[in-house]
Amino acid sequence: MINTNEIISTINMVKYQKLDVRTVTMGISLLDCIDSNKDKVISNIKKKITTYAKDLVRTGEDISNEFGIPIVNKRISVTPLSMITEACGAVDCVPFAIALDEAAKEVGVNFIGGFSALVHKGIRPGEANFIDSIPEALAATDIVCSSVNVANTRAGINMDAVKKMGEIVKKSAELTADKGGIGAAKLVVFANAVEDNPFMAGAFHGVGEGECVINVGVSGPGVVSAALAEMDGAPFDEVAEKIKKTAFHVTRMGELVAREASKRLGVRFGIVDLSLAPTPAMGDSVAHILEAMGLESCGAHGTTAALALLNDAVKKGGIMASSHVGGLSGAFIPVSEDAGMIDAVRKDALTLNKLEAMTSVCSVGLDMIALPGHTPASVISAIIADEMAIGMVNNKTTACRLIPVPGKDVGEEVSFGGLLGTAPIMPYNPYSPEKFIARGGRIPAPLHSQRN
Amino acid sequence: MRAVIAVIGKDRPGIIAKVSNICFLANSNILDITQTVMQGDVFTMVMLVDVENLQISFGEFKEKLQALAGELGGIEIHVQREEIFSSMHRI
Repeated sequence: MINTNEIISTINMVKYQKLDVRTVTMGISLLDCIDSNKDKVISNIKKKITTYAKDLVRTGEDISNEFGIPIVNKRISVTPLSMITEACGAVDCVPFAIALDEAAKEVGVNFIGGFSALVHKGIRPGEANFIDSIPEALAATDIVCSSVNVANTRAGINMDAVKKMGEIVKKSAELTADKGGIGAAKLVVFANAVEDNPFMAGAFHGVGEGECVINVGVSGPGVVSAALAEMDGAPFDEVAEKIKKTAFHVTRMGELVAREASKRLGVRFGIVDLSLAPTPAMGDSVAHILEAMGLESCGAHGTTAALALLNDAVKKGGIMASSHVGGLSGAFIPVSEDAGMIDAVRKDALTLNKLEAMTSVCSVGLDMIALPGHTPASVISAIIADEMAIGMVNNKTTACRLIPVPGKDVGEEVSFGGLLGTAPIMPYNPYSPEKFIARGGRIPAPLHSQRN
Repeated sequence: MRAVIAVIGKDRPGIIAKVSNICFLANSNILDITQTVMQGDVFTMVMLVDVENLQISFGEFKEKLQALAGELGGIEIHVQREEIFSSMHRI
């Protein structure tokens, strides 16, 4: 039976409201690539990735063509690499990153995530070597993404790791100074990192996962904006209901794509991540959704409440639509990747302090924020510590992707091009947290971590 | 396997005839068809077709219909597997 309204509504969502499947991400375990010989490990990794993912891009394109739904990115996530490098006694871990980069380029994906370490409770010597290799690894590769989990609700915050990551973020930017510090744009510091996130730069294939899995990230800020454009002056109950219904449609589309990709590739379906992920393109902005709720600009008082409603309604609508919702699932607020956020920062409507408040109710954290190149490592560590505290206490994932742009200062902008977008350099609080960060040790887990 | 062909644009004689002819040549059976002319002369035609026994690939079938849209001018032709609509809009 033909329902013309349903058909026209779907066509409009894709054509005018930028509805798409943001990513089909194949998670691949590399644990069986371990060998005592480092060169053997590298060759095992390349062979495994190029075998498992050889049809990923073509399959994504076929599904996109047949169903008429754009699938923007095809990506790979792998086992946190520190486990592999540590097992073969590697000190310099850069060659492993290069192997990931080469394998990913060979199969044609546009990012590979998992140059990662999980050090929320302690850093083993092999992990310290691995983390020290991150800046050079990100400079030597194009499409490798890295993440480090330094806190969670059960373990507390590893402040030694937080201190180290301030230095690593800074060095990652410095080693890629000729490209605006893009190394730091491919590096995420997490609290409560999830094992099945399909979105970059924080994707990795967790150790609790199986051999190979397909995770799908849907998006659709434009669809939500368009739905709200018809609701001028309506009470919040109706706004929430509208967002829920929209999120349902979007997630059903993601679920269908995920199941189809899983069937064609012969790989188990993992989860649908129902995040609203903006891009710098007009009509694809989370900030504009908040503004459609009645704020003159994203960042105005009321922004945190608007984002809380949005994030919750997206989850509620999406959960009904798929049996396996996972990943980060909520609204992303990456400043450089969202046209509305960029505008709001340019006119001083959106500040770092407001963004921090927003991260307590959004799905991730301080994302794609450009800082002056002279920002001290201790300040970066302290921003990370604040963000990790929000994640730890609120039992949610939080993250920092901060770029101290070499040679640039407040009033200037940095442009990374493509999906990573453009960011105005934001000021940081000039008072020093240096002695606070120098303490090291662990911030204990909160009382409500004791749930057994 | 079934697909939906949606034609949206400026009304003129022969649109259905030309779309149907491409279906016929590709061995696609038309299962259902509905059309409306909305305010002004915006024409919307939705056709449900069987693409199980296509003599050409789905991609080629789609290309032929899109080439027709280019030839006629002022209309869009979308070709998509039916499941996308049923899964997005129905429980």
